[in-house]
Amino acid sequence: MEQAVFYVFAAIALGSSLAMVVQRNPVAAAMNLVLTMFSLAALFVLLQAHFLAVIQLLVYAGAVMVLFLFVIMFLNLTEDQMMPGRRSILHVAGVALAIYALFQLRALIQRTPPVSAKPVDAAFGTTKAIGRLLFSDYLLPFEITSVLILAAIVGAVVLAKRRLD
Amino acid sequence: MVPTNHYLMLSAVLFLIGVAGVLTRRNAIIVLMCVELMLNAVNLSFLAFARALGDMGGHVFVFVVIAVAAAEAAVGLAILLAVFRNKQTVNIDELNLMRW
Repeated sequence: MEQAVFYVFAAIALGSSLAMVVQRNPVAAAMNLVLTMFSLAALFVLLQAHFLAVIQLLVYAGAVMVLFLFVIMFLNLTEDQMMPGRRSILHVAGVALAIYALFQLRALIQRTPPVSAKPVDAAFGTTKAIGRLLFSDYLLPFEITSVLILAAIVGAVVLAKRRLD
Repeated sequence: MVPTNHYLMLSAVLFLIGVAGVLTRRNAIIVLMCVELMLNAVNLSFLAFARALGDMGGHVFVFVVIAVAAAEAAVGLAILLAVFRNKQTVNIDELNLMRW
């Protein structure tokens, strides 16, 4: 059962991410990315990461993708801007590099001993457990993240402003 | 129970699809989306290892990565807006002002 769910969502993730890369229309590419995020959230649930699955849906499929769609529609690209001239040598080089790296990674992954996943207790991956970690062992990274997000907010506003006074 | 290697393999394939997208696409918005895909692929391996080792430190990493990715998307798209306002294009071949 779990295997079937894994393979179904893995196939959806692979198909939609491939569709995103080959898609010419940016809106369709964004929609395919949303589908990828959804299937990855399902895989997160399989990995007992319930809190992060919800965060994935809220932050990625919700906020970030809405931002992308907003910018795509704001720019309102015309047809020739949407389909820029394709340079075949770079295409071949990029895809070949990716395939080569895939084989390297496959060899590496096969060499790692298959870790036998122990059954974890029911608290694993819950909001409570993550909250405990975030506010004890990982307090400093958590606070730095908040500063980073504040800097990003200010930076985004300044950059997107029409002109600085 | 799905073996950890399968998750790692899926994560590697998704990451490389993202790499191929960054290298081959010319639309800067789609390049940014491919970067998001790469970050997500890495999140998947973090969570696979967290599950395999029974250690929730990986979840905290993923939490931070998601926050950084959101910040990156906001700033990146703001830069894109500013560039579009100046050059009227988001084709990365035409944005060569800082190339040697």
